[in-house]
Amino acid sequence: MSRLSIITNNQAEATVESLYKDLERRIIASPPGLCPLDLASSFLKLCAAQTCGKCVPCRVGLPQMARLIEDILDGKGTLETIDVIERTAESIYYSADCAIGLEAANMVLKGVRGFRDDYIEHVTKGRCTFGLSQPVPCVSLCPAHVDIPGYIALVGAERYADAVRLIRKDNPFPVVCAMVCEHPCERRCRRNMIDDSVNIRGMKLYAVEHAGEVPVFREEKGEKPAPRTGKRVAVIGGGPSGITAAYYLALMGHSVEIFEQRKHLGGMLRYGIPAYRLPREALDAEIKTLLTAGDIKVHLETPAGGDSYPLAKLRNDFDAVYIAIGAHTDKSLRIEGEQAEGVVSAVEILRSIGDDEYPDLAGKNVIVVGGGNVAMDCARSALRLKAHVTLAYRRRKADMTALPEEVEATEMEGCEILELATPLTVEVNEAGRAQALWIQQQMIGNIKGGRPAPVPASVEPRRLPCDMIIVAVGQGIESRNFEKQGVAVQAGTIESMDSQEVAGMPGIFAGGDCVSGPATVIRAIAAGKVAAANIDEYLGFHHPIEMPVSVPDPVPYDGTPCGRVNMRERPVEERVNDFKKCECGMSHEEAMQESHRCLRCDHYGLGVFKGGRELKW
Amino acid sequence: MVNVTINDKALQVPEGTTILDAARQGHIDIPHLCYLKGINEIGACRVCVVEIDGLEKLVPSCNNMVEEGMVIHTNSPKVRQARRINIELLLSQHNARCAECVRSGNCELQTIANDLGVLDFPYHEDLPPFRWDMNFPLIRDAQKCIKCMRCIQICDKVQGMHVWDISRTGSRTTVDCAGNKTIREADCTVCGQCITHCPVGALRERDDTAKVMRALADRDKIVVASIAPAVRTSWGELLGLTHEEATAKKLAAALRQIGFNYVFDTDFSADLTIMEEGSEFIEKLKHADKEKFPMFTSCCPGWVRFVKMEFPELVPLLSSAKSPQQMFGAILKSWYAEILNVDPSRLYFVSFMPCTAKKYEAGVSVMNSSGTQDVDVVLTVRELDRLIRSEHIDLKSLEEEEFDQPLGTATGAGHIFGTTGGVMEAALRSAYFLVTGRNPDPDAFQDVRSYKGKWKESRFEIAGKTLNIAVAHGLGNIRKLCEAIRSGEVHYDFVEMMACPTGCAGGGGQPIQEGREMGEERGRILLDIDKKSDLRFSHENPSITACYKDYLGAPLGERSHHLLHTDQTRWEL
Repeated sequence: MSRLSIITNNQAEATVESLYKDLERRIIASPPGLCPLDLASSFLKLCAAQTCGKCVPCRVGLPQMARLIEDILDGKGTLETIDVIERTAESIYYSADCAIGLEAANMVLKGVRGFRDDYIEHVTKGRCTFGLSQPVPCVSLCPAHVDIPGYIALVGAERYADAVRLIRKDNPFPVVCAMVCEHPCERRCRRNMIDDSVNIRGMKLYAVEHAGEVPVFREEKGEKPAPRTGKRVAVIGGGPSGITAAYYLALMGHSVEIFEQRKHLGGMLRYGIPAYRLPREALDAEIKTLLTAGDIKVHLETPAGGDSYPLAKLRNDFDAVYIAIGAHTDKSLRIEGEQAEGVVSAVEILRSIGDDEYPDLAGKNVIVVGGGNVAMDCARSALRLKAHVTLAYRRRKADMTALPEEVEATEMEGCEILELATPLTVEVNEAGRAQALWIQQQMIGNIKGGRPAPVPASVEPRRLPCDMIIVAVGQGIESRNFEKQGVAVQAGTIESMDSQEVAGMPGIFAGGDCVSGPATVIRAIAAGKVAAANIDEYLGFHHPIEMPVSVPDPVPYDGTPCGRVNMRERPVEERVNDFKKCECGMSHEEAMQESHRCLRCDHYGLGVFKGGRELKW
Repeated sequence: MVNVTINDKALQVPEGTTILDAARQGHIDIPHLCYLKGINEIGACRVCVVEIDGLEKLVPSCNNMVEEGMVIHTNSPKVRQARRINIELLLSQHNARCAECVRSGNCELQTIANDLGVLDFPYHEDLPPFRWDMNFPLIRDAQKCIKCMRCIQICDKVQGMHVWDISRTGSRTTVDCAGNKTIREADCTVCGQCITHCPVGALRERDDTAKVMRALADRDKIVVASIAPAVRTSWGELLGLTHEEATAKKLAAALRQIGFNYVFDTDFSADLTIMEEGSEFIEKLKHADKEKFPMFTSCCPGWVRFVKMEFPELVPLLSSAKSPQQMFGAILKSWYAEILNVDPSRLYFVSFMPCTAKKYEAGVSVMNSSGTQDVDVVLTVRELDRLIRSEHIDLKSLEEEEFDQPLGTATGAGHIFGTTGGVMEAALRSAYFLVTGRNPDPDAFQDVRSYKGKWKESRFEIAGKTLNIAVAHGLGNIRKLCEAIRSGEVHYDFVEMMACPTGCAGGGGQPIQEGREMGEERGRILLDIDKKSDLRFSHENPSITACYKDYLGAPLGERSHHLLHTDQTRWEL
């Protein structure tokens, strides 16, 4: 017998390891709407399998709790059973020896408290309050419910213009979203169960890059907007939400007027997203196309809803109003010296870039404060203006809210990222200009509200000399004016119902960032779509928006594992010199392979039976 | 055309053919359970899977199309194993005490399991809980449901009622009333189409045969049977008789053998309905300026339930005439009780119907007008068949017998009540007579017959007046017609509605023939009976004439009003 030996995995262990990976991916791809009790009991079985068996609470308690939940699921439980489960979980939580038992019990406790109503429904009615209302994961997670399997199949059939038409049924901005969508659709893609999610945004990019010009209407098919209804709708704000609402309302035959306070349409698409992510020409071309959907008038540099054109007057002049003003005010750091010259907000700098006014930053030291996508946009823009850029963020890189690929690209382009760096004060020179930012090093601490909180480290503050500080710590909404006119405002955001109606103000609707707080393009688009549908109903109509094309039938299911085609960007040394688009589209062979990775959940699984395809809305 | 090879047999089939249909064309049978052509092609049971060369995984043949050059195997080792195991898995969650099941012998799961020779299987029995209101005319046994989803699809796609939906998630996924409702809250019309499309015994009517047996055993009771029009088209289908053998008269003989004291014909009261409803319509036409149109027929309880739930504003347009079943009960327990000189409460009326909603209708208490329960029990054709089987009657050798009189005489007009357009056609024949005083050609109104389209509209001239009429069958179509009427898009004078596709011939109480829609075939039998009848006008039925002369007086008269009409707006569900 050797005294020591190295660990070699036998085949069984290696298999178990790979099964763990399979399980991780499976949980990622878990469809929304599952019975929480069923999941709790299933998780418990896994937890019980993990127990070492030494301690009573974990060894005996976990399977017993699983049995009790099963009893409830099988209609054999009582209200008392729920209490027994809760008491047992509490007891395990308090008396287990290690995390295996303790955390398992914690999961049960969270559930029995978090979805107690559903426990009671199971006991008293033998039913579950949850259900699969939308069986296609990508469609259900897309806020605008775009027919994703449909357009991926159309890309696979090389019918790119049809793919664009199909996307426009639910989202008028296929080009914009192909370039900048945060693609929540990919999160629970069923393909994760096999290998990895389908590159859905990449598929859309391939479609728009190869579709050519796709007019709103096909003349050869006699397509045109619905007959004029004579109804007039005012849209305040020409961003993605406002234009979406205007587009659908125009298709429905209503007359729309968009009031935009800035020089150009686009809202945050222009004044928030730099051109290297969303080229201006692409944005302008898409907006131009959408404005041909019917009777849409645009008033640029015309604020509305405020003193110059109060809401009451708008309401009087129009049959309905949609407020979609976005979130364009900046949030401040609230530190000393912030008012100094050389400290600018992200909104400010991106807005001037949006109007093609580029500040001269060549050779200057720029510090960007923040960890969101906007901070990355500022850093990458400053790099393109030849600045030396440092980014300071108070948490860790892993905690950033920016997309990981954005963070990676920012670093690759030469931005230094200082983690755990909280701004303390701005050092101002005699001329009143910022000349340095003092930061306090942090240490990562306990998790609060789902995120680890930084706490000051016991080290001296550090001085970072600089010429400019860009503050990118969030945006606010110019909601005060609306509040004065009777619109409900809660913590700065305008309040509207799920239908986007403003309570107590018939005919007034609100949506997008000004209601949700700063969010994503696709959520703003979804709000515009919902508003259009409900404004149409409010005006006494029911104009359906229907499937413009047919979707190819799927080929027999074949789930051979295959890697995901990821997006690439132009070489760093090339792209940091200009504001041209960074991202490269897929090749034809990549696009074809990727499109065939789609599992067609619209047909396979529940999709073929229910909810696989929404033919109209 | 596409070239495929199935089990080494080269076949040429049209593009867009499913593998299942392609195999069928080559006389290769692929067993299947959940599949229902055009309605349920969801590939859920995975029993119809086949192996395709070049594909690792098996493919359901019901919803995959053939492709050029496909080489398909329907009985490969992989297929055999998967098919068998999937059946075994279904059996593990199925209450397979077949001897206690109404569908034994007519069950797809049983048939396939028997075909495959499943004698035992390695899985644990895992039956879900079963909670149901057993007094409701329609019963769903969760322990027999195989989750094929056909009931949901029929209710959604054909009837448009959305009563059923998937319930719960994960491995406990089942079918239940949509929106977590109970069946009484679910706006179910009790049309029974889900029952006739269930491949197993998960859905059935409330069995009322025991009540009949108790009545037959009671010496004080005079037990009376009456059979509805569409019953005569189908009762022998699953009893080994051809439809030529399974006549109404043979059924009369069988019922007497079981012990019924009198056997009558509901087609008599169908003629009576025509007299009342036809007269009501003529009266309406006379005061057209004050009346609202169309007038809706009211003989189908599925439709009546539907309109009360879904279009309450149209309820005042329903004819006040009761259905033939309810008229029969009322006349039996008044006029016929007088003829027999017995107390009406001694008469026990068993109504044989192709319908499940009739069970509900018989229980509507405001319908009773004879001073006692007008209709005591309603049995579906399936229950009728079970009754006959339980008596072990040798049907082949049984001689035909006549109906009892006077409630056993009917005309061709009464017979065609059991098929779509029949009520309308019968009504128009007599309406023509009532207005003009002479009979039309009995075949003059055939244009109302149609099995296709959303609804059938026709136009007829009677005494210079143009009548616009419409006929719809199937609740999905009926909804569309109601919406068109409500919106003012269409205008009719008289509209016939039957809840089941093809009318009572395709009724929810009819025998179940897997994969076959029998409605049209059965409907044609009724049209044929009409064609061959000596009497083809309700007003020429001698029993009807006698009934008015001896008892009722005239249509819409005092007694008719009391016995044969109901105020549709007065009662809710």
